[in-house]
Amino acid sequence: MPNFMGLIYNELLKMVRKKRILVVLLILAILIPIFTYAQYRTVQTNIQNLGTSDWKTLIQQQIVDNQNRLTSSRIPEEWRKLIKISIQQQQYYLDHDINPTSPGAPTFIRKFIDQAISLFLPLLIVVVAADIVSSEHSGGTIKLLLTRPVQRWKVLLAKYVSLILLVSFIVTVTALLSYLISGLVFGYTGWNMPVLTGFDTQNDELITQGVHLVPQWKYILMSYGLAWFACTAVATLSLMVSVLLRSTAASMGTMLAAIIAGNLLTQLSPSWTTIKYFVFTNLSLTNYLSGTPMMIEGMSLPFSLIILCVWSIISLLIAFTVFTKKDILA
Amino acid sequence: MTDHPTKVLVVEGLTKKIGKREIVRDLAFEIGQGEVFGFLGPNGAGKTTTIRMLVGLIRPTHGQIKIAGYDLSNQFLEAIRHIGCIVENPELYPYLTGRENLEMFARMVEGVTPQRITEVVQLVELEERIDERVKTYSLGMRQRLGIAQALLHHPQLLILDEPTNGLDPAGIREMRQFISRLAHEEGISVFISSHILHEVQLLCDRVAIIHQGRIIQTGDVHQLLSGEPPVIWKVSPLAKANQLLQSLPDVFDVEILENESIRTRLPQNKIANINLRLIQAGIQVTSIEQKKPTLEDIFLQMTEGDSLA
Repeated sequence: MPNFMGLIYNELLKMVRKKRILVVLLILAILIPIFTYAQYRTVQTNIQNLGTSDWKTLIQQQIVDNQNRLTSSRIPEEWRKLIKISIQQQQYYLDHDINPTSPGAPTFIRKFIDQAISLFLPLLIVVVAADIVSSEHSGGTIKLLLTRPVQRWKVLLAKYVSLILLVSFIVTVTALLSYLISGLVFGYTGWNMPVLTGFDTQNDELITQGVHLVPQWKYILMSYGLAWFACTAVATLSLMVSVLLRSTAASMGTMLAAIIAGNLLTQLSPSWTTIKYFVFTNLSLTNYLSGTPMMIEGMSLPFSLIILCVWSIISLLIAFTVFTKKDILA
Repeated sequence: MTDHPTKVLVVEGLTKKIGKREIVRDLAFEIGQGEVFGFLGPNGAGKTTTIRMLVGLIRPTHGQIKIAGYDLSNQFLEAIRHIGCIVENPELYPYLTGRENLEMFARMVEGVTPQRITEVVQLVELEERIDERVKTYSLGMRQRLGIAQALLHHPQLLILDEPTNGLDPAGIREMRQFISRLAHEEGISVFISSHILHEVQLLCDRVAIIHQGRIIQTGDVHQLLSGEPPVIWKVSPLAKANQLLQSLPDVFDVEILENESIRTRLPQNKIANINLRLIQAGIQVTSIEQKKPTLEDIFLQMTEGDSLA
C-alpha cells in the first residue's frame, strides 16, 4: 500500500508551496502589533483615569474595602467566598509586584484569544481551508489525484488530517507571535498570575459556587485548547463546503458569510433562542472560562461543545459521502 | 485470473446517463497489448465522458470496464494501477517544480523509485527544466510532463485525450513519434481520443468512430479510413469539361460546384491521365486539388451506409 503519511506529506507540501500560510502569518504579524498598541493605549487611559500612577496604594485600598465587606453579617455566604477569592488575587498582585492594569504578555495573549476566537481566527482558518478541495477542481488537478491507486476516502482523509495539523499550527503561532510581540511592550512575565475561572450560569444567573483561581498559564492552555476546538470545527465545515462547491471563491464566500452571520445573530437577536443551535453562534468558548455571560439563554460549555461536534460530524459525513460518490465532470 | 491475457482493455455495454440525457450508449471495444487505438469523433460526441469513465472519474450507468483483467468498479485499485492518463489538458500543480509534481504522484503509487523518476524525465526530455516551477513551462513541456506523470508507474495502458491539442507542428510530430515508440518498442497500449481524422490515420492501428454517443464502426484504420478522396478541378469551359469527365471510365460522382469547378472521385494514380485527356480536348485546367476527406465526410458515408443496410 502507498503509505498514508505520503499522502499527508503531499497535502502539506501543497499548502506550504501555495503560500496561503504565508499570507496568514503575514496577517498575524501585522495585526498583532496593532492590537498590542490598542491594548497599550487602553492601559494608559486607565492609569490616567485612576488619577494616580501608584497602583499599589490603590490595591491596598481595595483589599481593605473587601475585608470591611466581609465583616458585615448581611452578606450571603456565596458572596463571601467570591470576595475572599478577590482578596487572594489582589494580595498576589501586591506580593509579586504585578500591576493588574498593565499586565505582561501572558495576560495579553489570554485577552487576545478571548476576542479572536469567534471571528478573527475562524476567518484565518477559512482562508487556508476553503480551497483545500475546490482548488483541485478549479486547477483540474483533481483528475490526477483521483486516478491513482488510492481510494477516494483516503485522499480526503489525508486532506482533513493535514487541515487539522494546519489549524494546530495557526493556533500555536498565534499564541507565540502575540507573546513575542506584546512582550516587547508589556514585558514577558506573568505566567503564574492567578486568574478567576469556574463560573457557571443557570436560569440567567451567574453561579459563583465553583469559582476559583488558577495560574494564568493553566488558563491560557485551556483557552487555546478551546480555541483549537472551535477552529477545528470551522475547518471541518470548510472542508465540507469545499467539497460541495467547485469554486474557491464561492466556498470561501459561503464560509465567511456563515461565520459573520453567526456573530451578528448573537448580538442582534439574543431573544431568538433557536439560533443557539446554529454552529457559529457557539464559537466563543472562552467566554465560559472567563464568566462573560452568554447572550442567549440556555448555552453552556458542554452545550456548545456538543453543538460544534454534531455539526462537525454531519459535515464530515456529507463531505466523505459526496467526495467518494461524485462524478468528476468537466 | 484474466479472461483475455492479451487484451489490456475490454469495454462492454458502457452507458452513461446524466439526468435523462444519454451521453454515451452501449459502447463496446477492446485494446490489445502494444496496440495504438484511436477513438475518433467530433467534439461533443462523448469522447471525454468515455475517457473519464475509463479512468474512474465517472461511474458508468451500465456496462463493464476491464483493465488488465480487473473490473474497474469492483477492483478499482488493481485496475487503475495499470492505467496512466492525461484527461483533457495536462493540468499539474503550477506552484511546484516538475520534479516535485512527479514525486508527489510517486508517493501515491507503490514501487516508483527515484531512479524511475529520472528515467521518465529523460524519456520525455525534460532534464534541463525539471527543477523549475511548472508555471514557467510552455504548453508542450506541460504535455511532456503530463506524459511523464502518466508513465511513472509502468502502466500497461496509456490513455491520452487529444494529445496534440495546442501543440505546434514540430511538437505534434514529436508527440506522434513518441507515442509510436512507446507502443511498438515498449509494448504499452495507447488509447488516443481525437477529432482529427488525419492524426488518427497517422498514429493508430485500429480505430473506433463515435458519433452522438454511439460507436458507429470499429476496425482497422486503413480499411475504415481509406477510399478515394474527392478531387476538385478548376477548368474552363465548364460544360465541356463536365461532359468529358462524365464519359470517362475511372471517374465517379462528377458534380459541378458553385465556384466554377467540378468535384469528382477517382483513384489517385489516374489524376495525371485524366488531366492529359482534358488538355487534349482543349480544356484549360487551372488547378487540381485533392481534398482530404473530413470526419464529416466519413460520418456522412457511414451513416448513409447504415441506413441502406
